[in-house]
Amino acid sequence: MATVKLDNLKKSFGRIDVIHGVSMDIEDGEFIVIVGPSGCGKSTLLRMVAGLETVTEGEVQINGRRVNEVEPMDRDIAMVFQNYALYPHMSVFDNMAYGLKIARTPKDEIAERVASAAKLLQIEPYLKRKPRELSGGQRQRVAMGRAIVRKPAVFLFDEPLSNLDAKLRVQMRLEIKQLQRELGVTALYVTHDQVEAMTLADRMIVMNDGIADQIGAPLDVYSDPETAFVAGFIGSPPTNFLDAELLGLSAGGAKAVGVRPEHLTITETGAKAAGTVLYAEALGAETLVHLRLADSELATVRLDSASAAPVERAEVGLTWDDAHQMLFDAAGKRLR
Amino acid sequence: MTAPDTARPAPGRKAKPPAPGMVEKRGSGYWLTHLGLIIGVLFIFFPIWLAFVASTVSQPEIVHPPMPLWPGDQLWENYSKALVSGVNAPVATMLLNSLVMAMGIAVGKIIISLLSAFAIVYFRFPFRKVIFWLIFVTLMLPVEVRIVPTYEVVAGFGMLNSYPGLIFPLIASATATFLFRQFFMTVPDELAEAARVDGARPMRFFWDIILPMSRTNIAALFVILFIYGWNQYLWPLLITTDPSMNTIVMGIKQMFPSGDDIADWPVIMATSILAMIPPVFVVVGMQRLFMRGLVDSEK
Repeated sequence: MATVKLDNLKKSFGRIDVIHGVSMDIEDGEFIVIVGPSGCGKSTLLRMVAGLETVTEGEVQINGRRVNEVEPMDRDIAMVFQNYALYPHMSVFDNMAYGLKIARTPKDEIAERVASAAKLLQIEPYLKRKPRELSGGQRQRVAMGRAIVRKPAVFLFDEPLSNLDAKLRVQMRLEIKQLQRELGVTALYVTHDQVEAMTLADRMIVMNDGIADQIGAPLDVYSDPETAFVAGFIGSPPTNFLDAELLGLSAGGAKAVGVRPEHLTITETGAKAAGTVLYAEALGAETLVHLRLADSELATVRLDSASAAPVERAEVGLTWDDAHQMLFDAAGKRLR
Repeated sequence: MTAPDTARPAPGRKAKPPAPGMVEKRGSGYWLTHLGLIIGVLFIFFPIWLAFVASTVSQPEIVHPPMPLWPGDQLWENYSKALVSGVNAPVATMLLNSLVMAMGIAVGKIIISLLSAFAIVYFRFPFRKVIFWLIFVTLMLPVEVRIVPTYEVVAGFGMLNSYPGLIFPLIASATATFLFRQFFMTVPDELAEAARVDGARPMRFFWDIILPMSRTNIAALFVILFIYGWNQYLWPLLITTDPSMNTIVMGIKQMFPSGDDIADWPVIMATSILAMIPPVFVVVGMQRLFMRGLVDSEK
């Protein structure tokens, strides 16, 4: 139960600046997802909150207390690592109890807390096993159990699902969300998967090259991106970018026009842009039509059914509702 | 971690399960291999057998050619004579000296190199790389090269004819430090971070996590280092002038007659056999632990 405040947080490794100043107020019980491509600094940001990386500039506050110089164990946090980081020679029980043992928690309380966490995560039958005797999903649960038993104020997840297969990932995603709700703990979750970000987050931070491009609720970020990067990164398939000059929209400094694939329609009359169909992917519920536009840019159109899909190499026109177009300047900033 | 299935038969070819007792699989190659191995074993074992035979007969029987090839009836007499009185010092004393020295070297080397490797891998301090390479360079300086200055130092400390004098000059090991360093570097960093989040201070992390994870490496190194310590010859020869501090490996040489003395060959041979037994025990005993460690891999 805690609030977290990041105040103009910066990090440099030697002369290389990795994070250029991130500020955010996280409310008690909020689920925050930090999302971005590899190397954007999202893990570094999380590790600074955890205390595993030093803070170059700015301040991290947990519950209003400055924790920049506080050791990880005294920050009242728990972390779930990408590779689980379970102690290989200890049983599941010992893995979960280790932090409590160090904190000199009474034995019966340790047993009780581990038992209730194990029950919550349904790993009771495995308490005596070693991590190597568990499957990936079970190890993931143990790693979460290790975090839960400490009853931390903040949960930190560093890409916890990236080592699981696709099906398990969806299942664990739901469980993590449910668990966080149940425990009411503030959570910071790092991922590069925008689907995970969309489904888990109360609010998300989209990181781009050490800068928080946008902070907001998933649907707001999706429907109203602040930058071209966010528009391109959030959503699959990504937003189409069309040349503003060709469309006659360059007044006001617009360089690119972004339209989401589901907002594009194929039309014969009144087309705003034209292109050649490269191929159509019929996915059942929807069909993705990939086009090469006149200015040789690529674009994707999402159709609701397979029936209306044009044939390959057909010349088609494209149109969209003006309300759905987003204008970006040369630096990628949204123009409103 | 499962071993990659390298023995998988090529697709399309019938996989024949290796049935025990099947005669057709055992062609002439099989027998030839075993014949070669058996001859090799006999060849290596023969001198040891001769030593054993020599330790069970009486002195006149040895010096009178041809040498006997089958054990005599003096086994008990020779061994008890060796153990209790020996030639210069009782073999029991020498065995104890060797044991103390070998254990001291093996255990001391393991403790020191574990700690130094831990420091080098997990702590950032100035000149860390330089220090590692300095340790590494000492690999190139065997005991024999630095033996005169080492003797000078040990003599200066008054450690001649003492256990510390036998152990300390040989206790630092670049090899073991290097091996532990390599092993620690394969331990994922996340483990150290998880321990840090769990609240383990560095030495707690070392004791609770690094040490148990290294136990197979420790077992393997113990075997190697124990035998290294046991087989030390030159160093004990230099610094132990008192026969009661002789180690067994050098003690055997000391039993050899000088000038016109008569060599008590049965006792010398009994001593040789006795000198071989503890290393064999260590190898056989530790091998079990060592193999178990290999089977249930930690990662």
